[in-house]
Amino acid sequence: MKTKNKKAAEGLVMAFDVDPRRKVMKKKMSRRSFLKRSAVAAAAATLPLGLVEISWGQSDKRNFTFAYISDSHLTHIKGANFVRNFDKGLKKAVTECNFMSPKPDFVVYGGDLAQLGKREELDHGLEIMSRLRHPVKWVIGEHDYYLDLGQYWQEKIGRLYYSFDHKGVHFVVLNSILTYDSWINKWKSPQERMSNMARLDNPHGSPFMVGDKQIQWMKQDLSKVSRQTPVVVMSHSPLYKIFKPWNFWTDDAEKVQAVLKKFDKVTVLHGHVHQILYNQIGNISFEAMMSTSWPWPYPVSYIKKANQVPRLTVMMNRADPFHERDATGWSILNLDDGRVTNHYKLWENKDRILKYDKKLGYPIDMEYQAPATRIPPQMHY
Amino acid sequence: MARNLRNIIALVLFCSLVASASLFADEFTKEDLKKWNKQFMSVVKEGDVLFHSSKLGTNTVSCDMCHPNATNTHPETYPKFQKQLGKVVALRDMINWCIQNPLEGEPLKFDDPKMIALEAYITYERAGKPLAPGKH
Repeated sequence: MKTKNKKAAEGLVMAFDVDPRRKVMKKKMSRRSFLKRSAVAAAAATLPLGLVEISWGQSDKRNFTFAYISDSHLTHIKGANFVRNFDKGLKKAVTECNFMSPKPDFVVYGGDLAQLGKREELDHGLEIMSRLRHPVKWVIGEHDYYLDLGQYWQEKIGRLYYSFDHKGVHFVVLNSILTYDSWINKWKSPQERMSNMARLDNPHGSPFMVGDKQIQWMKQDLSKVSRQTPVVVMSHSPLYKIFKPWNFWTDDAEKVQAVLKKFDKVTVLHGHVHQILYNQIGNISFEAMMSTSWPWPYPVSYIKKANQVPRLTVMMNRADPFHERDATGWSILNLDDGRVTNHYKLWENKDRILKYDKKLGYPIDMEYQAPATRIPPQMHY
Repeated sequence: MARNLRNIIALVLFCSLVASASLFADEFTKEDLKKWNKQFMSVVKEGDVLFHSSKLGTNTVSCDMCHPNATNTHPETYPKFQKQLGKVVALRDMINWCIQNPLEGEPLKFDDPKMIALEAYITYERAGKPLAPGKH
């Protein structure tokens, strides 16, 4: 282990696990939670450094780090009141991102900043996000879109789909939460449309899609990119099919996957599912980002309908609502030669790391991938 | 005195008539079953609506936001030890815990028709799962 890396790794542990400021910030800390935190800190300190290593990219230009915050669902109640619980999640992620040292190259916001697409909610979210000391790349979610079909987002934040290059990696941001016009136009009011899209288990919902216009743009955009260039696609919905009744689903996912087929290294990062979820389809690795607001159950826990939750995924702990921040968090992503290592920063659970295994050709959990290593709450029923 | 005795005899006679009538009360028809199921499903429907409404709390949050199709409620595992409450409780105790905490609302009385409706919906969505009291 190089000293430089070791230092960086220790820096990470300092910033996120035994930060002394945490004790000051938190007014009340029970003996139990103190012990728990101490145990976590001790565990982190004894982890093999390989698990917490982040190469910070001083030597290799193609090696860099960015952060990912997603699904905050800021909810307007009345006047200047917002749901406290969800505000807390986003504020916590922003504060921790600002502690990152060295700084991330940028932060991605993965969509669903608002709950019902209201201007109050988007403005409130932008105010909290403005405290970030890093540039932000924005992805839109359905909760931001279906009130005014993305109008306020475009005025205040930016384009709904775009691409950019960063240190040899080509990034594509998609608006993957579009749906059929017939569904969009069937409601009496924009509010009715928004609340129907906001309900996850709505039997009158409609599947997400990227749409031919955007796929055409994507083809055009990628035609200039060489096969060897690593490609990272960021969308709100997963660009594959997991569970249609809850819209863990993109209807034209196969068309999007086909456009990405020619590239050697492709990673899709998505939000929406509020849980740890990863998969490999052909040449494409898929990884879900955590929500800062609340966790969602895995579709396997709905016994009435069949699901396609990827076998590769080692599920996260069953959510324990005793802790408001349980099974929520954010991610630090390290790109090493075009492959993603995803450090899930989980607030009330042990952090998890997904790393692309070059030999196996898919991402694996660094600790829990082998069934014998799993802990009881990961056994879902 | 005699009048009182007559009254008592009348009462005893009346009670035995009621008792003999109840001998046949276990017989029910397909129509009865349909009727009772309709009653049950109307309460499930009420529970479904409540579960997806913001009326139970004060902050617009609803149950389905964390529990789509009432998943991760595991009605078949109650009664069980619940960390939040520090003792073995029934599902209705956890329903109230959720109403009071994430929803920032007032707890329901255990015999409140709303509570019965919520239990009906939650249990209905999990119908067919074997009972597993105490399971985590």
